[in-house]
Amino acid sequence: MILVFCELKDGQLRKPSAEALSEGRRLADAAGKPLGALFAGASCAGSAEAAKYGADVILTAEAPTLASYSSDAYATVLADAVKAKGATVLLAAATAVGKDVIPRAAARLGAGYASDVTALSMVDGKLQAVRPVYAGKAFATTSFASAVQVATTRPNVFPAAEKAGAGATEALAAPAGDFKSVVKEILAKASGKVDLSEANVIVSGGRGMKDGANFKILEDLADAIGGVVGASRAAVDAGWGLPHSMQVGQTGKVVSPTLYIACGISGAIQHIAGMSGSKYIVAINKDSEAPIFKLADYGIVGDLFEVVPELTKAAKALGIGSN
Amino acid sequence: MKILVALKQVPDTETKIKVAADGRSLDPADVKWITSPYDEYALEEAIRIKEGKGAEVVALSVGGDAAKDVLKNALALGADSAVLLRGDGQGDAFAVAQMIAAYARDKGYDLILCGNKGLGGDNAAMGPMLAELLGVAQANVIVKLELGDGTFKAEREIESGSEIVEGALPAVITAQKGLNEPRYASLKGIMAAKKKTIEELDAAPATAGALISALALPPERPAGRKLEGDSAAQAQALIQALKNEAKVF
Repeated sequence: MILVFCELKDGQLRKPSAEALSEGRRLADAAGKPLGALFAGASCAGSAEAAKYGADVILTAEAPTLASYSSDAYATVLADAVKAKGATVLLAAATAVGKDVIPRAAARLGAGYASDVTALSMVDGKLQAVRPVYAGKAFATTSFASAVQVATTRPNVFPAAEKAGAGATEALAAPAGDFKSVVKEILAKASGKVDLSEANVIVSGGRGMKDGANFKILEDLADAIGGVVGASRAAVDAGWGLPHSMQVGQTGKVVSPTLYIACGISGAIQHIAGMSGSKYIVAINKDSEAPIFKLADYGIVGDLFEVVPELTKAAKALGIGSN
Repeated sequence: MKILVALKQVPDTETKIKVAADGRSLDPADVKWITSPYDEYALEEAIRIKEGKGAEVVALSVGGDAAKDVLKNALALGADSAVLLRGDGQGDAFAVAQMIAAYARDKGYDLILCGNKGLGGDNAAMGPMLAELLGVAQANVIVKLELGDGTFKAEREIESGSEIVEGALPAVITAQKGLNEPRYASLKGIMAAKKKTIEELDAAPATAGALISALALPPERPAGRKLEGDSAAQAQALIQALKNEAKVF
């Protein structure tokens, strides 16, 4: 069996999980194996949606002890499910929870782990992964030495393709409690917008923004085209009051949106490393020699303080909505 | 309190990556090696705990002679002692976790700190794997850490903001940018570090889980085009191109 650990949010399958399931389905077909979707929580209502993305069987570990996320409790659920089902491949999306629990489960299973992969294939019955290293400056083809093979899929890379599966359900035992660590509280950020790592459209500002307050024009553009705002390391480190969670680059977030608009960003190698996986790149910079233009599908040499508001206006005039 | 800080030597972020002749590893020529920036936050946190409530801080790295630079720097910044595990510190995260677990087990560490990922390898896996192998609690991508009596409370970065993780010590905590502002080594620290020796041990045998069979540079992006005219015309042209050519909207 190929097993995919899935996450629910407000009773709905998270998009990165749907992507991982779709990729799992493709691999299961290639390997001639069934696809299992695994859920854990106090309630797994909504898990039936996994059948839409090809799950032959939906496994649920449902218990009050799993109401709050716990690394070791969830690792137990995952590792026990892999053993019980004799699964040879364990996948999950490379989300905050996925990146936390999957390596722990892999270690318990004595399994090799490839994180944040951008391509997967079955070669002679074994999983092979391609993953960005050096924040995307290179790609490593990774194979596994272990019987069980574990990987997390980078959000926004694999298409979420609907393909009906049988979706038979099966309940799993949940660990009783007394966990080593547990999440006590979730502090939501004010905006409520999606994270940069999952965003479809990103509008980013660099040193050319001159001040944190000027990011307002990027917010306006992002709102008009359904995007979120990021920043370069130069901008985050400039003392403009921008949180480091906004930082895109090798020492910040590595992103892969459909559209990345770089405003006043020259294109330092460590920034490019974090965003070169974007499908379309737009650069707006007054310096026509800025390295970012080498990467850009569309370049605008000009004053971003004039161009960005014009873009917002043009987008609004065309009625371009959210993604 | 005993704290172990695991540090990895990595290529500097400005490094232009070249593939070695074997086709599966980094060409080390012209590479400037640094301590992984996330590990610097981990070390700084350990030193702050030492300065606050008192602790013994041991710095550890897996690697060869070159990795001693990372440990010398850690000693200069305030680590009490340093251990070099001779082994492949650049390889598979699971293998490195096994080496560190074999060393740390039964040594009574209350806290093990490291970066949430090693810059470059970008696995974000060694910390949680180490926690599992040692059978202790974990908290990853931490921007705030408070220690109680045998307990910890950590703020961890997640997609929608952050969450508070509480657990029992011993624990493996992996640091994220924002946890603190690392200090620079003082002249006094550098002089004191020169008098300290780095303990060298052979790393315990480890089984690799994942292996790199090929390393390749990303394909070149096709040449783009510049949009001409005044700001309004450029903006119009871009929105049209994104809508009609790229079909982003």
